[in-house]
Amino acid sequence: MSMWEYANPKLFMGWTKPVLPWSFALAGVCLVVGLVWGFFFTPDDFRQGSTVKIIYLHVPSALMAINAWIMMLVASLIWVIRRHHVSALAARAAAPVGVVFTLIALFTGGIWGQPMWGTYWAWDPRLTSFLILFLFYLGYIALWEAIEDPDTAADLTSVLCLVGSVFAILSRYAVLFWNQGLHQGATLSLDKEENISDVFWFPLLVCIAGFVLLFVALVLMRTRTEIRARRIRALEARARRA
Amino acid sequence: MIALLFRDLRLAIRAGGGFGLGLAFFLIVVVLVPFGVGPETELLSRIAPGILWVASLLAALLSLDRIFALDYEDGSLALLATSPLPLEGAAMVKACAHWITTGLPLTLAAPALGFLLSLAPEAYAYLLISLLIGTPALSMIGTFGAALTVGLRRGGLLLSLLVLPLYVPTLIFGAEAVRRGAEGLDPTGALMLMAGITAGSFALLPFATAAVLRINLR
Repeated sequence: MSMWEYANPKLFMGWTKPVLPWSFALAGVCLVVGLVWGFFFTPDDFRQGSTVKIIYLHVPSALMAINAWIMMLVASLIWVIRRHHVSALAARAAAPVGVVFTLIALFTGGIWGQPMWGTYWAWDPRLTSFLILFLFYLGYIALWEAIEDPDTAADLTSVLCLVGSVFAILSRYAVLFWNQGLHQGATLSLDKEENISDVFWFPLLVCIAGFVLLFVALVLMRTRTEIRARRIRALEARARRA
Repeated sequence: MIALLFRDLRLAIRAGGGFGLGLAFFLIVVVLVPFGVGPETELLSRIAPGILWVASLLAALLSLDRIFALDYEDGSLALLATSPLPLEGAAMVKACAHWITTGLPLTLAAPALGFLLSLAPEAYAYLLISLLIGTPALSMIGTFGAALTVGLRRGGLLLSLLVLPLYVPTLIFGAEAVRRGAEGLDPTGALMLMAGITAGSFALLPFATAAVLRINLR
């Protein structure tokens, strides 16, 4: 059995039904454990004080905001190449979730920035790229909403997602050229010797796991809703014809 | 291809084509800015590069929905799609026609408007060069956006929402080149990167545009 068969809507509904409550429960557990651990059982940073704890919301949501777009890109590619209906619907389902993560990252960053940088907003490359990413999400969602025919909408939004990804990356590096940054470098990276201290790192890891699971759970749920909505539309169309 | 180019140019220049409308819009935006920020020469000359670039970008945006809308309505777009000329070529010609009727006049008019904003004298050459290199990219990206929204009855607002984020890199490099020129720094890097964006869009976006047009004509 090839992996593509899981994209059959009926099979998809079948296997997601038992998976969905589990992923929600696991996401909830991870988030509660990670956030409580992070907020109450880690020491304050010697320079940033307790404001450092916003990292447990800021970093995972920023991470997922970008990963959600990458997931949409992959889903769009699968739709363009294999014409998988579920994958187009999953891309559509992921977009609003990605927007919310982008907004969370922007807001928590602003709340942290006010005491630390003395400003909620600065035209810093990272902040600006996130704002641009937000605009790309808005355009993508607006195009989905504007087109009535579902297949045409899936096709057009996939092309927009592909072209948009290229320009989003271009913008990312263009803003680096345009202004010097205020934002610190990456807190977490795989190729660096020294990352943040383990005291902060483990709860952060749990929070990231929680956000990933939350994203998966939300996208699965929204995809199921989209599939049901499309079935209803098909049934209504059949009823009208009869 | 050349016949199509001349047809589009004729249609744009004749009455109702909206030729000149973009120019007038450009002029008005530039005139409105001093009312908004005050008439101090120093401030104006500092923000002039950015204002001129943003204004020309908006003016180019204004005429985008005309690229395909009329042809789509009267069916000539379907004819174009079935003609021996590949649709990719047609998309590129459309972008060129849009550039000749909006980008080129904007480029030529920009130095005159630079006077109004008391742009630094060293920056005029760079303003001209950066617009000359950058506006074709605006036309090509805009053609892609116009193709995306051609099937929609009220696509105008959506078109701006889709196209403006795509314009960000071009705008950054364009305005940066002029600003560096005005401050006596070396703007070659920004100009080269912008030329790269223009060349890249003309190489790749016609394919995306044609794909989108085929979907919309289905």
